[in-house]
Amino acid sequence: MRRLAARSSSASQELKVIAPSKLAIDNVSKSFQSASGTVLALDHVSLQVDEGEFVCLVGASGCGKTTLLNIIAGLEKPDSGNVLADGKPITSPGRDRLVMFQEPALFPWLDVFGNVLFGLKLKPNLTNKDRRDVAKYYLELVGLTRFERANIHELSGGMKQRVALARALAPNPRVLLMDEPFAALDALTREQLYGDLQRIWEERKKTIVFVTHNVREAACLGERVLLFSPHPGRIQEEFAVDLPRPRDINSVDLAGYATKIIRSLRKFSEERREDGR
Amino acid sequence: MKRFLSAVLFFVVLLFLWQAFFRAKIWSSVLLPSPLQVANYLKGAIEDGTLGHATVITMRRLLIGYFIGIVVGLPLGLLIARWNLLRDTLGTTALGLQTLPSVCWVPLALLWFGQTEAAMLFVVVMGTLWSVIIATETGVRNVPPIYRRAALTMGSKRLHIWLKVILPASLPFIVSGMKQGWAFAWRSLMAAEIFVTILTGFGLGQLLHYGRELSAMDQVIAIMLVIVVIGLLADKIFFSPIEKFLHRRWGTSQA
Ligand SMILES: Nc1ncnc2c1ncn2[C@@H]1O[C@H](COP(=O)(O)OP(=O)(O)OP(=O)(O)O)[C@@H](O)[C@H]1O
Ligand SMILES: [Mg+2]
Repeated sequence: MRRLAARSSSASQELKVIAPSKLAIDNVSKSFQSASGTVLALDHVSLQVDEGEFVCLVGASGCGKTTLLNIIAGLEKPDSGNVLADGKPITSPGRDRLVMFQEPALFPWLDVFGNVLFGLKLKPNLTNKDRRDVAKYYLELVGLTRFERANIHELSGGMKQRVALARALAPNPRVLLMDEPFAALDALTREQLYGDLQRIWEERKKTIVFVTHNVREAACLGERVLLFSPHPGRIQEEFAVDLPRPRDINSVDLAGYATKIIRSLRKFSEERREDGR
Repeated sequence: MKRFLSAVLFFVVLLFLWQAFFRAKIWSSVLLPSPLQVANYLKGAIEDGTLGHATVITMRRLLIGYFIGIVVGLPLGLLIARWNLLRDTLGTTALGLQTLPSVCWVPLALLWFGQTEAAMLFVVVMGTLWSVIIATETGVRNVPPIYRRAALTMGSKRLHIWLKVILPASLPFIVSGMKQGWAFAWRSLMAAEIFVTILTGFGLGQLLHYGRELSAMDQVIAIMLVIVVIGLLADKIFFSPIEKFLHRRWGTSQA
């Protein structure tokens, strides 16, 4: 277990594990106008995520996964339907729901520490010392203490993702929205991050919605895996993954789940082809 | 250290060549004074205070005008990037005026303000302003939208986003605009000072002008050297550290 530096009492207050949120997405539709016409990105999607649940969304490229995350984050408004967090409608972005974006979104004008501190500086009722302590805690949690003064471009892809994770965790959100965070990494780094993420999820008790193309990854991380189908974006099927944690991506049990999910994925794409799409 | 030594060597060789040309008497010594004559003029001008005085006058005009140009240009650039109405109006105006060589403001400044400090300041401000406006606007428009979205999720709002995200994200553009503005302002101020006698103070340009009137080539060359050195110093002391910082942070160059 990691040994964490002693912190002032107000900082440890800030580091307290807080209750995760419950999400309710009800009949949400969203379409985009583009040069090639109207795209129905989400078509009457409904989804419940319990407090502290780890849910994975899997689906082909372009089926609306990012759009759904953006809507939950409050960055985008649905055309119809309701999105509730703890029973309250989501109308705007808020630090209760932090996002790890699909594209690199770290700020290059700040160093690693400055990036993690950014969200903390926006939280009222904290002293600057608290903020620094909290930022240090999360950098330690993702194992980057040594690099706190590094510039962003000096980090490897995996380290950047860790910083992004620390930055998203630091303001102590109730929900973590992760959009293919590990897609660009090598297998070894990824495996390490699977372990880290499962440990952090258990330690910090967050509701996590995790988007991925990788079925094994989904089965490894999620308690539930939701299968998205494209054009229009819909949730097609749902799998509960009932395995003890921490899960190893290479375990045989996990492979069983992954095969089941992949088979469904294949079935949908074949059905679509037969439909003449 | 090695780089420093080779630089020193280079300038020593240059001086020797100059001296050699002077000795060879290819041109009359009125047209090409020796390095020593130039040094003597510099020594005299420093001792009797002419040079210091002129430098202070010129730098004051430059710095005040430049400062005004930035303080006005930066917010205008941000506003133009923010509102389309401003972009179509003021933005287009700035784009047009930026293409105007800043020396072209001199006649207008003289007619409006007469031979006063205000005319000099006006020329410097015009040299700075448009570059800063255009660079700021371009910088803001080149900020990847993802930065804004990331900041929004962390609870950043309007003014905070502008000051803590958009502005720093566009810094590389803004700094290169400031550098361009500095170059324009410096050139147009020199032109203005050489053109016209400003009764409120003799700047470096005026010293250059009188050097010509008196056919004092040592003075002309000496002042030119001073102007070059000031330009170099501004770059080394002010712009170079900022650019180095930006390069290091953004990872845009290995130098
Ligand atoms: N801002 C936008 N303007 C126009 N169309 C958009 C916009 N955002 C998304 N779309 C369209 O909506 C659909 C869903 O996009 P989305 O980004 O949610 O897909 P995704 O499931 O995240 O794909 P990927 O796995 O490749 O990231 C796509 O067809 C896309 O072209
Ligand atoms: Mg996506």
